[in-house]
Amino acid sequence: MNKLYIFLKYFFIVFWTIFVVAPFLWALTTSFKDFQSVNAGVTYIPWVDFEPNLEGWKVLIKSPAKGGVDIVEPYFNSLFVTCTASLISIILGTLSAYALSRYTFKAGFVKNNDITFFFISQRIMPPIVLSIPFFLFLSSIDLLDSLSGLIVVYIVLLMPIAVWIMVDFFNKVPKEIDETALIDGCNPYQAFLKVVLPNSIPGLIVAGMFCIIFGWIDFFFAFILTFTEVQLLPVKIVALNSSVTPWWSLSASALVSVAPLIIVAFIVERYLSKGNLSGAIK
Amino acid sequence: MDLVAKNLSYKPTDQYHLNDVSFNFKNGNLYTILGRTLSGKTTLLKTIAGLLTPDSGEIDFDGKDFLKTPVWERNVAMVYQQFINYPHLNVFENVAFPLKQRKMETNVINEKVTDALKSVGLSGYENRKIQELSGGQQQRVSLARSLVKNAKILLLDEPLVNLDYKLREQLREEFKNLFSKGLSDETILIYSTTDPRETMELNGEVIVLDEGKVLQVGPAKEIFENPNSLKVAEISNDPPMNIIDAEILESEVSFEGISISAPKHFNNINNKSFKIGLRSSDIILNEKGYEFEVELAEISGSETLLHLKKGNTKLIMSIEEVMNFKIHDKVKINFKIEKAYAFNSNGDLASSPFRSKNG
Repeated sequence: MNKLYIFLKYFFIVFWTIFVVAPFLWALTTSFKDFQSVNAGVTYIPWVDFEPNLEGWKVLIKSPAKGGVDIVEPYFNSLFVTCTASLISIILGTLSAYALSRYTFKAGFVKNNDITFFFISQRIMPPIVLSIPFFLFLSSIDLLDSLSGLIVVYIVLLMPIAVWIMVDFFNKVPKEIDETALIDGCNPYQAFLKVVLPNSIPGLIVAGMFCIIFGWIDFFFAFILTFTEVQLLPVKIVALNSSVTPWWSLSASALVSVAPLIIVAFIVERYLSKGNLSGAIK
Repeated sequence: MDLVAKNLSYKPTDQYHLNDVSFNFKNGNLYTILGRTLSGKTTLLKTIAGLLTPDSGEIDFDGKDFLKTPVWERNVAMVYQQFINYPHLNVFENVAFPLKQRKMETNVINEKVTDALKSVGLSGYENRKIQELSGGQQQRVSLARSLVKNAKILLLDEPLVNLDYKLREQLREEFKNLFSKGLSDETILIYSTTDPRETMELNGEVIVLDEGKVLQVGPAKEIFENPNSLKVAEISNDPPMNIIDAEILESEVSFEGISISAPKHFNNINNKSFKIGLRSSDIILNEKGYEFEVELAEISGSETLLHLKKGNTKLIMSIEEVMNFKIHDKVKINFKIEKAYAFNSNGDLASSPFRSKNG
């Protein structure tokens, strides 16, 4: 029984690991192949099955004038837009979430829960519905095809996530902790900064992670709202596709584009395994 | 430096949390707020702390209008019934928090925090995380944090209720010591509880609160001996006082076909139906007594509580030893009628064994 259990356990772990890792492995080997190797069937082992070369990777940093695609600038654009939008969303979202969690708002029939729902409802609409209003809005303030325009749009998309996660999180922090801070001589701002916020770091990390992921993987709005001046990574990667699909550089760019998310996941996982994500407040 | 409240009322829903509460708390005294759950004790403490603003009324402290002073300038300290500490700080930092907030010097802070932790018996725990402590220790940390401030008003909101029996006994003992020696004459100590025994042990001035209304104010002994109404008698006794519908006629107390000659202090009342109040400890087993049926027998600690029934009359008696009874057993009991109270039909005290006149 026990042996069967151990066997099944490791079987599923190995199975799942293969399931998760295989696509990455496939992309990794493909990125070192050339046209012939790609078409020569399913091969995985370099030097034995195929002769590896760096062409797929070199294309990514060569300027278009030399026949490359140059994803370096879009890459940093993407990083900048995602990080800035996430940061602003977290700051604004945390503040609104705290207010929604601790104070009672009432405007006619609109109460706290309705306001929270209003934030979340921003994500209910399909992006295509939002695209035209966003386009018209950005063009009216002259921010089409610019990084700041994208940041504005991404804040609209990411802040609801931050509010949603943080409202839930703050609701779990006992109100008495704020009250004790007030009694101990903090004004409401100090109570928030010195006591509530340090106890909400796990929530902030989760919210931040979601914002970064959703910001980083967005293709749709980056595609609609930019043309030539500014390009983000997902758009650029899609632009790689031409009459002959360059599987090698597509694979390379795919790996490069997931790299930041993997790094984020590793950091958060560290934090998770320390047991800090839950149980800070009981 | 008195804390004076006038006509405090607070009615957030259709029920009063505070209903016309007035009091005058003097320096260096211990006040116990006794009331059942949801009687408004926490609301009252939070109002004093400044966390709630009453709908009407005034609070005045040291000549200042307290309602216009924000919480963080009031110099109060509060211990909650849940163990509230700052989870992100260790024990030392928790206790030092209010002092750092006042921007005291580091060595003064160190000294004071060490003293405070010593007084609650937590020396050596400075670097522990809050989550690593037991409930009782967590509550000691919050007590230390409220003591270290030297607050003029110290509020304790049922501080022992969430602890297990043994810890509660132990901490209650320590509280008594702390309150008797540790507090300066300049502190007003306000302690809320649901437990009559705790109230008697703390032996301070008692405010009996029910549904947001003050029912009686007086020293613990006075509340115990002369509860001014049925409600107070119920709240200030555990198990609650037995209330029996009875007639008092020509020095005879009669109920359920039982007639007992009335005690002396019932002399001044006559010809009326009354409610007789009798403590569970004032009913005794007696072979020559009256027969009652056992409805339920529970053993709590070294005590046995018997729920008895005869006709429409239900009684609870407590026996100071562990005894086994079966349900539907017949027992014979007698009443220490000389310890009985009489309440008139409005529920007001008509006669008490400790005071023979009305009121």
